Amino acid sequence: MNDNKHPVILGVRYFLAHTPGLVRHGSKPSRDLLAKPALWPSLSSHLRSYQDAVAYPPHQAFLGAIYPDELENLPKPWYKNAGPDYGLDSRWNPHGEIMPEEEFYALLKLADDFDLVWLEEDFSKEAALAWADHPLIDDSDIKKLGAGVPISAIEAQTNDPAVALPLQLRNGRLIGCVSRAHQQDATLTPDVLLENLACKSSAAMAFRTLLSSYGPDAANIDYVINSGEEAVGERYQRGGGNLGKAVAEMCGCVNATGADVKAFCSGPVHALIMAGALVNAGVFKNVAVVAGCSLAKLGMKYEGHLSLDQPVLEDVLAGMAVLVSADDGVSPRLRLDSVGRHSVGAGASQQAIFKCLVSEPLERLGLRYQDIDKYATELHNPELTEPSGSGNVPLLNYRLIAGMATLEDQLDKEDISKFVERHGMPGFSPTQGHIASAVSFLGHAWDKIAAGEMERAMFLAKGSLFLGRMTQLSDGLSFILERNQG
Amino acid sequence: MDLKNKRIIALGERDGVQGSAIARCAESAGAEVVLEVTHCFV
Repeated sequence: MNDNKHPVILGVRYFLAHTPGLVRHGSKPSRDLLAKPALWPSLSSHLRSYQDAVAYPPHQAFLGAIYPDELENLPKPWYKNAGPDYGLDSRWNPHGEIMPEEEFYALLKLADDFDLVWLEEDFSKEAALAWADHPLIDDSDIKKLGAGVPISAIEAQTNDPAVALPLQLRNGRLIGCVSRAHQQDATLTPDVLLENLACKSSAAMAFRTLLSSYGPDAANIDYVINSGEEAVGERYQRGGGNLGKAVAEMCGCVNATGADVKAFCSGPVHALIMAGALVNAGVFKNVAVVAGCSLAKLGMKYEGHLSLDQPVLEDVLAGMAVLVSADDGVSPRLRLDSVGRHSVGAGASQQAIFKCLVSEPLERLGLRYQDIDKYATELHNPELTEPSGSGNVPLLNYRLIAGMATLEDQLDKEDISKFVERHGMPGFSPTQGHIASAVSFLGHAWDKIAAGEMERAMFLAKGSLFLGRMTQLSDGLSFILERNQG
Repeated sequence: MDLKNKRIIALGERDGVQGSAIARCAESAGAEVVLEVTHCFV
């Protein structure tokens, strides 16, 4: 490879939707509510308001209003010390917006080309009004909302949960439903279709935000790789795909096609490396990597939150979009000449994993651990994970990286905490799997590197392949993003 | 702890010690691993 030739990242944008009404459809809450309907009053009384979700400091960090390190300066728990006191209460932020649930339901309708989503008449009018000033929604989008259907039709349709799932607001108001697409297809049931439509919608909004922020014109996008975790398909090909092309269509990329890349939580990092390789090989000029939300993870750890009488904090859906293109001499470069990979034969110990993902890529480039300004690893917000006993996952990973540096005589043992503080960061990402896994820092790294305030960052993601029962292995991949020397 | 001739269940965690790593350690200490599982808590 020509060392001077590296693809660049032209821009990164994100999307959050606050969806407390959908928490009941998260995997864990839906299973528990089925077994114990009496759980609902307690669960519903702990759902946050939109204002509280907007002002939640980790969400503001996710959307670029504050740098993650600044979270350490804010009093904890963050959910009790929300943003208004610190000027952090905006829907619109440097890296994207946080959308209220009413508008997200309208977005599900916009993503639906098969009359699967019904919205109630009055609600459809309210949604159209709410969208009138949205900069990324045009008249044709509002037209697609239609006139809606009578509430009586929605009530009749949702009588049988196998036929349709109800869509409700946080306050319990029934505003619509999602219907099955086939009577005998377990892959086209209402819950699966809701997850897939939510994934499509959130990825598309992140991508629309990206296109409006950076260009190029949507027509100049050649290829869209979807790296979200949802399996789109039907009974003869359950994960057939292709959400990448569906998102491209929703964003007006008329000259693009695309594909889906699956690797559990490390999917986006795999996709970014493939995107860079496609650009470097000259196959495509502009490749977008998108990732939609994981609706199944809503309320995943609600039991821990309720046990501490804190709000159910897993009430947002996340999306991401990244544009990879040829070297423009300015934008941060994606180093393809030293990608870290956790290979099949490497072993399952943490030492083996971090050797593959961190030590070896650094060594290949003649870099030391301290030459990476920031390591982006599993960036799950500890306020979401600690109440359920899952610990502070980012901190655990940073200590392992520091431990590796110590083992390799690049760091004194007594400096481990200092290393973690300087080269790590507090977790700030919603527990949205693949988006929490390293790439939620990409926007911040891009900003800092482009501004000349950071030389390089490493992104390392891990995927829990064993959950699919096809192998006992996990997976991992890493890359370095660095300043463009021109 | 003497693990010789003991049966063990290895419960691992992806971001901590994985089940397979615990199982190999236990086997090397003479235990019989009857189940190894790795979970992901995020």
